[in-house]
Amino acid sequence: MTVAIIGIGCTSFNSVTAEVSFKEQMFEAAVKAYADAGVNAREDIGSFLTAAEDYWEGYSIFDEFVPDQLGAVLRSVCTIGGDGLLALANGTMQIETGLFDVVAIEAHSKASDMLTFDGILTHALDPVYNRAFNVHPYFIAGLEMQRYLHETKTTREQCAAVVVKNKRNAMDNPLAAFPADMTVDEVINSTMVSHPLTQRDISPLADGMIVIVLASEKKAKELSDHPIWIKGLGWCSDTPWLEARDWGAAGYTNLARDRAYKRADIKNPRKEFDFAEVDDYFSYKELQHLEALQLCEPGKAGKLAEAGEFNRDGAFPVNVSGGRLGAGNLLEGSALQSVLECVYQLRGHAGKRQIKNAKTALAQSWRGVPTASGCVAVLSNEN
Amino acid sequence: MNIRKRVAVIGAGITLYRRRLKESGKELSFYAANMALESAGMSRNEIDSVVMGTAPDAFDGIHMKSENLLDGAGATQKPYTHVYVGGGTGVFAPIGGWWHIASGMHDTCLVVCEEKMSPCFPHPQTAFRSIWDPIISRPLNPNLVWIFALEMHRYMKVHGIPKEHIAQVAVKNKGNALDHPSAQLAAKITVDDVLNSEIMVYPVNRLDISPPSDGAAALILASEDVARKYTDAPVWLDGVGWSLDSAYWTNRDLYFPQYVAKAAKMAYKMAKINDPPQEVSFAEPYDPFTYKELHHMEGLLLAEKGQAPKLTVEGVTARDGDLPICPSGGLLGVGNPIAAAGLMKCCEAFWQLRDEAGKRQVPKAETGVCQAWGDLMQVGTVCVFKRDS
Amino acid sequence: MSKDMKELPGTPVSGKELKSDKIITFEWRPNAKYAWSAGIAYGRYLDELKEGRIIGRRCSRCKRIIVPPRMFCEQCFVATDEWVYCKDTGTVNTFSLSYLDADANRIKEPILVAVIDIDGASPGVGILHLLGNVDPKKIDVGMKVKAVWKPPEEREGAVTDILYWEPMED
Repeated sequence: MTVAIIGIGCTSFNSVTAEVSFKEQMFEAAVKAYADAGVNAREDIGSFLTAAEDYWEGYSIFDEFVPDQLGAVLRSVCTIGGDGLLALANGTMQIETGLFDVVAIEAHSKASDMLTFDGILTHALDPVYNRAFNVHPYFIAGLEMQRYLHETKTTREQCAAVVVKNKRNAMDNPLAAFPADMTVDEVINSTMVSHPLTQRDISPLADGMIVIVLASEKKAKELSDHPIWIKGLGWCSDTPWLEARDWGAAGYTNLARDRAYKRADIKNPRKEFDFAEVDDYFSYKELQHLEALQLCEPGKAGKLAEAGEFNRDGAFPVNVSGGRLGAGNLLEGSALQSVLECVYQLRGHAGKRQIKNAKTALAQSWRGVPTASGCVAVLSNEN
Repeated sequence: MNIRKRVAVIGAGITLYRRRLKESGKELSFYAANMALESAGMSRNEIDSVVMGTAPDAFDGIHMKSENLLDGAGATQKPYTHVYVGGGTGVFAPIGGWWHIASGMHDTCLVVCEEKMSPCFPHPQTAFRSIWDPIISRPLNPNLVWIFALEMHRYMKVHGIPKEHIAQVAVKNKGNALDHPSAQLAAKITVDDVLNSEIMVYPVNRLDISPPSDGAAALILASEDVARKYTDAPVWLDGVGWSLDSAYWTNRDLYFPQYVAKAAKMAYKMAKINDPPQEVSFAEPYDPFTYKELHHMEGLLLAEKGQAPKLTVEGVTARDGDLPICPSGGLLGVGNPIAAAGLMKCCEAFWQLRDEAGKRQVPKAETGVCQAWGDLMQVGTVCVFKRDS
Repeated sequence: MSKDMKELPGTPVSGKELKSDKIITFEWRPNAKYAWSAGIAYGRYLDELKEGRIIGRRCSRCKRIIVPPRMFCEQCFVATDEWVYCKDTGTVNTFSLSYLDADANRIKEPILVAVIDIDGASPGVGILHLLGNVDPKKIDVGMKVKAVWKPPEEREGAVTDILYWEPMED
């Protein structure tokens, strides 16, 4: 593929940002991204894509309120009802058509505007089949975690190790909302939400805005000293039916993975990637996703996590940014948070978190319950 | 500008459009998708990717409703994207499908648009309460029709357009819809019927407005080489354009839809159309309100500013006129399940350009333009379709 | 619909049937509540309304004064940089008479809706608001109007601190 990331910009991630509106935050992220890319929003950018969902925002037809603060007035703008990585995939396709040279992608969370996150998430359940139970929608994660632990003999302690690692990683990420030095016991003994899932197994919500600028090969070489190339992309949705799912594995990731690895010609993922940023909406999800991405043998991710394999100084660093658990759950924005970290690392701009000689990275996303949709991207600093 | 791959339409499907249909959103999506697949002679296995277009979640009453609908749209275990630009979505979904294929990433794409407005109570209008800015507009308790009435009035005032001329659009479109089997509000009416129907929000009367509806439509897109394997009569999606204007609509002059003009110019340039009124054989501009058809004709550069009403009164835009507009019957006649209404227009272009439109057939249809519009009078989406030659 | 297609899927249902036992429905009211951050620009705008004033922002690049204010200019894509008080008078840009309430129920006395271009802001810069104290038949585009404010003690920092706009005397 011939598209590169040439600019990144974001706000810091915080649990509450009452003093500024989402528009003012988006403006900040956009200004930074365009400056980083060296582009003029009003002259150079052909198309803008926002990843958003109406009910997260409390607006119907949210794209109404997008163009002004992105410099996108009277330009090609659209919403992608998916996560930030899906918007990035669609932006990449737009460039690949030959229609645009430069495209901007935006994804965000203004979760603090929601007073009833739980009620809103419940509204995503199938109205006829799944709402009548009157259970918090995290029951889906409880069911899934139970089945995953059962099938793989992974332990709750091993899942907790993911939380400990990611929150500790976040201590060196100045953007992160929830850095902490926590123990496995604290995770296990925190309030039970939906057995075996505890409060600390769940990523806490944060506000944050991220803008990424993409460019065609020609434009990227012209504008950027350190373009990060998109080598492979895959995205997929599995069945929306809770009643028909494979509860133990992340099937959507398998399908997205195959497409992305094929395009990027990845044959031995563990050897060819230097690190990965994968979705960790819930602790066990990181393990499930690592297995689906063939970064370890099926059922072995928990043991490896416990042994420190995925630590920043381990053999294969995972979620050095802190992931959702440490940096904060940015809703559709978390997928771009993963990309953001990959770009920092691949540029060699990750400061204390820097992974030495990082050349090729993997970013993977999942939209959270009740969905079975996610994306995979292969990124590299070598064309 | 060199587009990597040319994109063809090779199949289309549509359900009935009605105020209420018993089928769920998933089921409506399935019926439309399945009909499109059958018409192309394809199975779901031959589909590489799926694009869903559906408007506010508040209608169906499901957060992230595209996730819920995806199995009905044939997207299980497939790359699936939900694209969305409010009311403009119906003509935008094929644009989303277009870039899936034109980019070389996929060979085929099933585009499905669904809308089920009837679950929303007390009225689908209630869902529109939340399209307004919560801080500067919602405290005024606005009704969606306000903004259209304000825009319509501005358009009438600037050009001195009499209401009778605008009413002619309803007469034409509801009449055209008599030949459309999906149609919800096909009727033979007169200009007086429109003028004498009850005032909703002055200057908008009841017969100036399209109804809330349930319905779904689907298209199958394919790359040029793949399209030829399935059909001898592909229809080409040769031009796409979209543009979104500022949310601060009270800071804009509403008399002319700049965003539509911008989108149209983008699409015409790609389709190499230099003289739209001469080169376009028929158009399906978005007509949720009578004046919008006229406003959009001007935005599409098919009429000079302020001249579209005159063309309508003179019969130029009738199905047998020089420039047929909304031969399908449009939203005013066929119905307005928001996203599906826009895609219905693209289905119409497909059938017209394959000479399959039956009684609705426009003579010598070579190039058709479809357009939708939405948000706070803000977005224009345009597709240019051409007959295979 | 192609002429080759004979049968269209879909089962129409009347409103009456929907309320009967013939159709099974599942009722649901979402628990979706929000408290949107007004932010810096709208925050100040609302504060000023409480004081009986209308404030805008100026963009030093294009020189426009915009109401409602925002911290960025969407045309130039730069930060706006100055607060500017506008007048509480203006001109009707366009108007309408609404016989529908927000839930599409019919009402007898129409709500008088208008876009009002604000004096002191750039030409064509207006706000959505209501007209009052006027015979609907006498409203016209171009009419000069003035804000009628709530008494100071009743204002709460909302756009409804202006009750409506009424015609100005010549």
